[in-house]
Amino acid sequence: MKLLATTALALAISATSVLAQGTCAAGKTLSDGVLTIATGNPAYYPWVMNDAPESGEGFEAAVAYAIADKMGFAADDVTWVRTSFDEAIQPGAKNFDFNMQQYSITPEREEMVDFSLPYYTAAMAVLTTQSVVDAGATATLDSLAGLKWGAVATTTALPMLNDVIQPASDPLLYNDNADVNAAIMAGQIDAALYDLPTALYLSAVVVEGGALLGQFPPEQSERPDQFGLLMEEGSALKECVDAAISELTESGELAAIEAKWLAEATGVPVIE
Amino acid sequence: MADTSLQPRTKERAADAPTRREVYEAGVRRRANRIALISTVSVVLAIVLLVPLAPGWEAVQRAFFNGRVFAATFPGLLEAFLLNVMIFAWSAPLIALTGLAIALCRDARAPALFPLRLFGIAYTDIFRGLPVVLVIYIIGFGVPGLGLPRPWNSPYIWGTLALVLVYSAYVAEVIRSGIDSIHQSQRSAAASLGLSDRDTMRFVVLPQAIRNVVPANMNLFIALQKDVALLSFIGPVEIFRQAGVYKSLYANFTPYVGAALIFLALTIPATRYADYLMNKQNRARS
Repeated sequence: MKLLATTALALAISATSVLAQGTCAAGKTLSDGVLTIATGNPAYYPWVMNDAPESGEGFEAAVAYAIADKMGFAADDVTWVRTSFDEAIQPGAKNFDFNMQQYSITPEREEMVDFSLPYYTAAMAVLTTQSVVDAGATATLDSLAGLKWGAVATTTALPMLNDVIQPASDPLLYNDNADVNAAIMAGQIDAALYDLPTALYLSAVVVEGGALLGQFPPEQSERPDQFGLLMEEGSALKECVDAAISELTESGELAAIEAKWLAEATGVPVIE
Repeated sequence: MADTSLQPRTKERAADAPTRREVYEAGVRRRANRIALISTVSVVLAIVLLVPLAPGWEAVQRAFFNGRVFAATFPGLLEAFLLNVMIFAWSAPLIALTGLAIALCRDARAPALFPLRLFGIAYTDIFRGLPVVLVIYIIGFGVPGLGLPRPWNSPYIWGTLALVLVYSAYVAEVIRSGIDSIHQSQRSAAASLGLSDRDTMRFVVLPQAIRNVVPANMNLFIALQKDVALLSFIGPVEIFRQAGVYKSLYANFTPYVGAALIFLALTIPATRYADYLMNKQNRARS
């Protein structure tokens, strides 16, 4: 009887792995039957809740498991690693199958690495403090250009800042969100440009007296900020990932995950 | 060189003809030069020929030595480097002055000035013991966070202060070693001439001490030139940060190579000059 149960279990296990092997991703991952996904260190809310992507909580963690599911990997077959931006673009062998940490797809980056189809299109939002708003800053380009700006140096917020807002004085740039917030709280900068979900979180939870002055909706932009999964240049897995993402998009599952994890942003005024 | 006693005093030899020893030494020198040349050429050839054979060379070349990215980003890097030069230009004199003041504090000999001496010791101990980045963060974000109004909370002001604090501690120690290198007899002689302690320091000890430590201080200022880049952590967009921005936009490390070249163009001549000064000093001493 015990032998039978073990055999059944073994059969079941081999059945699932056969299932995974039989799909598009078979033999294309780093280690057979396992999907290795990279995220940031730390991974930020609301993309990943509590810096624990294994829980599947948070927008990117949930999308990652949905993609893995469509590619034929059970939740148990997904392992997570952490990388910085630089590790993700360095030449040589990668330690992940795909990397997911709000990478904006740009043609320049596309020459060095592969991106999947976009899984999210971000509005950009202006994070500032209540005292700056009280001092007369409004959600118009004229008013915004007069502010002292900051941004995270490694994001695509910077080109947007220089192209659209064209601030009167050069923006100050920082390593990460925490440093930008420190500069806002020290009064060294008036405002910073983030993607909307991050800005919503920072203004509500992290920055003391934080306020959202306005947002630039993606429809308005010529080159909207679209997030894609980053893969090694020429990755064989790209077609499988793309197939999974388009399936999720068409079935509406992606929109449902977005609605679940990313807050409604209708309350934030639109900057024309 | 002028040791004529070693030369064989043969009568046949004309006064300006090379001695046998000189001929032998010239031969050794030629042989050494030949070997040096062959070994240098073979090492360079090995690098040039073998590295591109590595399987990942093409990827490395595309990521680090990408001509198109280099051309697109180099002008922007040069422009950003102006900010490094400016920060250096106003930090260096401040560091020299503060360093001198701290060195004098540590050398205060009057019993009543003991607290000053204690301060000098504590200052050098603390700021030589802290990583520069840490001081820049604490002072650059911390002090403005106390609620200073603009423009007094500028990262340029407080970042500069952080550099001055750390580097003046090093400079102070170098100057102090220079002061210690002046023999006690100099002070005694000055005292016997009727100079006060203050005048002895100013006219007798310091002029000699500072001259002795110029090469060592040159090295510190070369290091400072590179550490100016750390100010980018608190906002200023100098060359290192600008290179990081380009890196992220192009997903390519070539801008860092460009920045490295610009740094080298400045630091190599400075290093050579420091070496030259040091050699000159050693010759003068021997």
